[in-house]
Amino acid sequence: MKRLVVGAHYGLRDWLAQRITAVVMALYMVTIGFVLFSGKPVTYDAWRSLFAQGWMRVATLLFAFSLAWHAWVGVRDILMDYIHPTALRLSLQVATLLLLAVYLGWTVQILWR
Amino acid sequence: MSSAAAKKVRPKYLSLPAILFQIRLPVAGWVSILHRVSGALLVFPFAAWLLYVLDVSLASEQGFARIKDHYLQLPVVKAAALIFIWALCHHFCAGIRYLLIDVQVGVDLPAARYSGAAVIVAGLLLTAFFGARLW
Repeated sequence: MKRLVVGAHYGLRDWLAQRITAVVMALYMVTIGFVLFSGKPVTYDAWRSLFAQGWMRVATLLFAFSLAWHAWVGVRDILMDYIHPTALRLSLQVATLLLLAVYLGWTVQILWR
Repeated sequence: MSSAAAKKVRPKYLSLPAILFQIRLPVAGWVSILHRVSGALLVFPFAAWLLYVLDVSLASEQGFARIKDHYLQLPVVKAAALIFIWALCHHFCAGIRYLLIDVQVGVDLPAARYSGAAVIVAGLLLTAFFGARLW
């Protein structure tokens, strides 16, 4: 007999998403770290042309998307653990989602202008 | 189930003062709570701050010069940057530890204690390294 033991089933998906997005962000940051700390002084032209390249824009957008998803899972876990009044927790969760949406919009605006 | 066990309130939530003063948190617990603190700090305010710096520095040559030669030289900004670097390095190292534990590496208690202490030390050493390059 097949029985459903738990509820909404988003636990595994979020857990997995948090780990995949973590790996994406780690790879991006190690790459950027090598660019920034390679010893060459970073000039405006180098900085601008780095973010003018298509792959860099896509990679940065992927990073921002990963951060938003990763942060949503993490912040939601923190709020579920420490903020028990439902109204306050819901308000903070909505505020978090709005903040992350603003981050994504801001990122797009910075990258493609 | 004994009556004593039945009376215990579960799940038990520990407040921050309880974590700090009432119980002795094992080293893995410190890694965990610092992972949460650093993660929360990275979401807000540091992600917004990073976007602001990226925005101004990419917008114009004057903006880039203002960020590099003026803004990032302010002592208060450098102090904030140091906290940001610590949060990022600790979160990064602790995250790698959790990924390894997920694939069954370092699960037993001595290894988990050792890696927990290593994460806290590595976070501080990396902060010192990148902080020194910042100054």
